[in-house]
Amino acid sequence: MSNDTTKKKLKLKVSAIKEGTVIDHIPAQNLFKVITILGLDKIENQITFGTNLESQKLGSKAIIKVSDKFFENDEINKIALIAPDAKLNIIRDYEVVEKKIVKAPEIIKGIVKCFNPKCITNNEKVTTCFKVLSTSPVTLRCRYCEKMTIGEQMRML
Amino acid sequence: MKRDLISITDYSKEEYLKIMELAAEFEKNPNQDLLKGKVVASLFFEPSTRTRLSFETAINRLGGKIVGFADPQNSSSTKGETLHDTIKMVSNYADLIVMRHPLEGAARYAAEVSPVPIINAGDGANQHPTQTLLDMYSILKTQGTFDNLNIFMVGDLKYGRTVHSLLMAMSQFDNPIFNFIAPAELQMPEEYKMFLRENDIRYFEHREFTDIISEADIIYMTRVQKERFSDPMEYEQVKNIYILRNSMLENTKPNMKILHPLPRVNEIHTDVDKNEKAYYFTQALNGMYTREAIITHIMNLK
Repeated sequence: MSNDTTKKKLKLKVSAIKEGTVIDHIPAQNLFKVITILGLDKIENQITFGTNLESQKLGSKAIIKVSDKFFENDEINKIALIAPDAKLNIIRDYEVVEKKIVKAPEIIKGIVKCFNPKCITNNEKVTTCFKVLSTSPVTLRCRYCEKMTIGEQMRML
Repeated sequence: MKRDLISITDYSKEEYLKIMELAAEFEKNPNQDLLKGKVVASLFFEPSTRTRLSFETAINRLGGKIVGFADPQNSSSTKGETLHDTIKMVSNYADLIVMRHPLEGAARYAAEVSPVPIINAGDGANQHPTQTLLDMYSILKTQGTFDNLNIFMVGDLKYGRTVHSLLMAMSQFDNPIFNFIAPAELQMPEEYKMFLRENDIRYFEHREFTDIISEADIIYMTRVQKERFSDPMEYEQVKNIYILRNSMLENTKPNMKILHPLPRVNEIHTDVDKNEKAYYFTQALNGMYTREAIITHIMNLK
């Protein structure tokens, strides 16, 4: 058992953190979107990330470790649309003290662009707002033009 | 809280019925000074003579004053003013705003910006709720009920916002049956069919425009527009299939009425006009009474 743990630690591609949050199982292609949505490009905490890591479930995954940062649920749930399988490990003194999964909110404000080029939100400075009808595939209904934005059509702002 | 009318689904069944009642009152007595001393802004960021005249006549018959523009060429939007700023400014002056805009969602956004009520007179291909309410008034007036009706929708069911909104509104009532007649390219979108299935409402789809219409209580005709087709050949093939002619009406039910949001091009042959089942011109007149009713309801005047 301890031997396994040692091996696992040796295999770690992204170094461990003392205090903070590990966000695992992010689809590799969405890593930078996750970083932007969570505003990680604008904070001064130490952040390490790895991408294009092997994952049985996702094929290719990314992982982010943010030191001394603990997310509110509302904050972290914003990434549910692009990283629905993301798992959070809350780290205190190198130990995982809590695990969290993300859950899509009912309403998404900002973040996503409406798929409809004739929507007012794509023509004037209006904060987008969608009702989340489904998460697999992602199905969003625009509060303004009432059109659906589905799956691959989804673009981040 | 102010009341707006942006989307047909904003209103409950009770509100539909209240507007129908008010419309019937205005039909008996169209000139009532309920809007006296009030100013209504009529903002047409996209021209629409028919809808604008209907609204402006309704406002005049209610004794209200109108400010606004009929053509975006004469508005500040040509100078690059945002919708936000136009609405902010106009809502300082007027007690109610009626607006048409080419962008979808413009009316919902305006309602968020404006402290005075907004009536959506059409936002792109999205919503045109006053059309739906006048369609409903025409149905109620000719059928005496909203329940147990067999409604045939013909033509462009893919892009036709009037048929989508009417479907949503009529689904609130008991036991409707929908029959959709459309070319393959212009079928009723899946999301509406899914809505009907989820609500256990019967619907049938047809390609051919034949004597199945003998079961109809209402035939709602729409225009098949050339620009909707990616392949012009396909348009040529279907353009003459979805034309209603007087000879087709022989075996239809005595209570059946033909509705059309107008303008018509060739989808209803002029030989239908003299048939007593042709209702589309009266339907347009009903629009004025219905709009008087909607304004009265929104402004809480009755």
